[in-house]
Amino acid sequence: MSNWMDIAALNDVPRRGARVVRTAQGCVAVFRTAEDDVYALDNSCPHKGGPLSEGIVHGASVTCPLHNWVFSLDTGEAQGADSGRVRTYPARVENGRILLDKVVIAARTPA
Amino acid sequence: MTQKLIIIGAGMATGRALEALLDTASDAYEVTLFNAEPRGNYNRIMLSPVLAGDKTYAEIETHTLAWYEENGVTCRFGERIASIDRESKTVTAQNGDVLPYDKLMFGTGSTPFMIPLPGHDLEGVIAYRDLEDTERMMGLGPGDKCVVIGGGLLGLEAAAGMAARGVDVTVVHIMGHLMERQLDEAAGYLLRKALVDKGIKIRCSTNSKEILGAEGRVRALLLDDGTELPCDLLVMAVGIRPNVALAAEAGLAVGRGIHVDDRMVTSDADILAVGECVEHDGAIFGLVAPLYDQAKVAAKTLLGEDAVFVQKELSTKLKVTGCDLFSAGDFTDGEGREDIVFRDPARGIYRRLVVENNIVIGAVMYGDTADSNWFFGLIRDRTDIAGMRDTLIFGPAYQGGAPLDPLAAVAALSRDAEICGCNGICKGRIEDAIAAGAGDLAAIKATTKASASCGTCTGLVEQVLAATLGEDFVLPAAAPICGCSDMTHEDVRRMIKSQRLTSMPAVWQECGWKTSCGCHVCRPALNYYLLADWPLEYQDDPQSRFINERKHANIQKDGTFSVVPRMWGGITTPHELRAIADAADKFAVPTVKVTGGQRIDLLGVRGEDLPAIWADLNAAGMVSGYAYSKGLRTVKTCVGTDHCRFGTQDSTGLGIKLEKTLHGAWTPHKLKLGVSGCPRNCAEATCKDIGVICVDSGYQISIGGAAGMDVKETEHLTQVATEEEAIAVIKAVTQLYRENARYLDRIYKWMSKVGLDWITERVETEQAALIERFELSQSIYRHDPWAAHVAQKYDSYQPLANLVLEAAE
Repeated sequence: MSNWMDIAALNDVPRRGARVVRTAQGCVAVFRTAEDDVYALDNSCPHKGGPLSEGIVHGASVTCPLHNWVFSLDTGEAQGADSGRVRTYPARVENGRILLDKVVIAARTPA
Repeated sequence: MTQKLIIIGAGMATGRALEALLDTASDAYEVTLFNAEPRGNYNRIMLSPVLAGDKTYAEIETHTLAWYEENGVTCRFGERIASIDRESKTVTAQNGDVLPYDKLMFGTGSTPFMIPLPGHDLEGVIAYRDLEDTERMMGLGPGDKCVVIGGGLLGLEAAAGMAARGVDVTVVHIMGHLMERQLDEAAGYLLRKALVDKGIKIRCSTNSKEILGAEGRVRALLLDDGTELPCDLLVMAVGIRPNVALAAEAGLAVGRGIHVDDRMVTSDADILAVGECVEHDGAIFGLVAPLYDQAKVAAKTLLGEDAVFVQKELSTKLKVTGCDLFSAGDFTDGEGREDIVFRDPARGIYRRLVVENNIVIGAVMYGDTADSNWFFGLIRDRTDIAGMRDTLIFGPAYQGGAPLDPLAAVAALSRDAEICGCNGICKGRIEDAIAAGAGDLAAIKATTKASASCGTCTGLVEQVLAATLGEDFVLPAAAPICGCSDMTHEDVRRMIKSQRLTSMPAVWQECGWKTSCGCHVCRPALNYYLLADWPLEYQDDPQSRFINERKHANIQKDGTFSVVPRMWGGITTPHELRAIADAADKFAVPTVKVTGGQRIDLLGVRGEDLPAIWADLNAAGMVSGYAYSKGLRTVKTCVGTDHCRFGTQDSTGLGIKLEKTLHGAWTPHKLKLGVSGCPRNCAEATCKDIGVICVDSGYQISIGGAAGMDVKETEHLTQVATEEEAIAVIKAVTQLYRENARYLDRIYKWMSKVGLDWITERVETEQAALIERFELSQSIYRHDPWAAHVAQKYDSYQPLANLVLEAAE
């Protein structure tokens, strides 16, 4: 049985932008790149808890709005001189819809 | 024994299958070929060269009637199949003939998708699919107008073909750039430029609303924004759908296409299918290479031989003369993928390779596709490129070749490209001066005056020196805008103005950006430069703005926002204060603070409550205070002659007028003003970016103050006698700052670079023109973003989904 859960239309998230999905354990940020790839990460920067969904998306990276830490959307790793990691979650797009893995999302612990 | 084979559709796939079958065993089958089009097989992908006049129909006909006759194929062209009886293995033709078969092959191809816009059934609305469509387009000529809906491969080939015949062609494309499925933005930009040079009008990000007719014929296309595009012919080229109706009626398994296995056999063992009508392993096919592979496999299957169809990597080329582009594989970001980008602005070249685990998985090339086969080979063969990674992008001839040339963008400029805007000096003049012996910046300044005024073009002048003199000139190191580029802010700004760069992809290409879409440092700067220099042409990009400007509120350390309504000149009313108090209660605002700029700040508002609190404040007549912006913040005032016994002029009134005229204007950094009614200066005007001190004889205007990291007193710009003159000078100096300063330089920093004298002179001599350009920009940007977001973007502030209950299940 598939664990993929329909979240929203791809077009509900702007290109080079993000929106959040609220869960009982805090928000997951869903990012969309210029080329319509979709990524899901914890919406909280490991530095000072900045909301990553509000950052500027460039290539497959996002810059935290609070102190400009840059994270790979793919691995969640902080880039450059900073070190830290944001949890990532499986996400995919099918027929213009964004899907998240509901088992993985449900198994999250509070961020 | 000879068996009976009936083929439905005489297209490229069935044509190739027939050839393969006849080559191998010419007497194995007695073949009957049905075709709905009244002709045999022709090379459909060559219709574009026919349209463009480069080829004739005779040249693209692949099988003539004589060929069919020689090979004993019974042709029933212009006839459709009415039904299929799989039990008795017969087909019924349109005229009622019932024909038995041993094997049946579908080659029904695809149907162009027609958007069901009102008016899509008018005469003169066509697809681009067959010779009839092509002939309709060939019937147009100079003086005729045509609109093409769809900026994909087919739509652009149609547009280019008609443009070559002198037709006035407009392409309307719903996506942000052309051929978005094959190209990224940068290559899409270069393609658009080439097509515009051919006289084709291109409208991207454009929605069609309705096709307008007159007496049953198409007259114009009406767009969402109310624009009407008149046309004599409207071509829809928005995609194709596998033609599965007949197969579905016959009870075969169909999805998007007719399901086939690896041997091209459908869910019925005696029925095969090839071409654009099939679905194999979830994929459907629109390009010719896999269709030919399918045809060969189908022929072998018919002969009882083993063969397996395997999907391969595909590549795309556009058949438009002068537009060399190539795309293959997967070139989306992500999944541990890295980009290698090469741009040569001089030759209009863009290349991008996507590498994953040392294997090239995708490529986009524009301008020079000579090496495309080599790159395609790397993708197809999954070659390990670890050993040649550093030079890979230059192609096979340059293995171990030269590094990127940071001077390429300037070397590419034409001789009439303006380098120094202050003195109107073109690149050619500088080159001439160098040829005449000027060997350094000082000599260029002395002989041409280039970079002798505001100095922001210094970097470009030095690069012209370096590009012209080569090793004889050592380029001083200047900090580039960010890691994406070799150019400084000043260089990029000059390029945007002098080369008329009006979009972000244009800047990335012409200035040789090294990343595919910039970063958080350069994108906000470019967004500002573009909207300031091209207010009408460029559309503000919220995704390139820092969150505060994207959401029109200031982000706080806990992720909440602060909301500051505008209080013109620092004046408020009991009614407004009540509304603010009510909003603070309603949205449980934890902190209400009076700011240094004479405003009230509501701190700690949740992101999703922003539109609701704005709606309440809007309802009380208040608008966004832009307290988050690199733009006009506040005009701080004292009470002036209204109440003060020392006031010399109506400082409050002037402050309100200034704020009303300047609000909404984006500037390189924040812009704060102050107007004091007398030299006692209660509004602290002399530490603002622009300050006004009222005196008996008029208004003293000074600029370049600051009271932040640096503390600066303003310097005197001018004194004027009337309020109108004061407003005019302030608008002019604001526009001069907007047009010339580097992003994130306050006025005092800009002034320290260009000098107060230069500013004073420009404001005096060019005041009217500066004000005109300021007003032009304000015609777009002087508005309340809160009201706009409440009306249009309310949902975007809410969570995409709420799974709080989901998890509790």
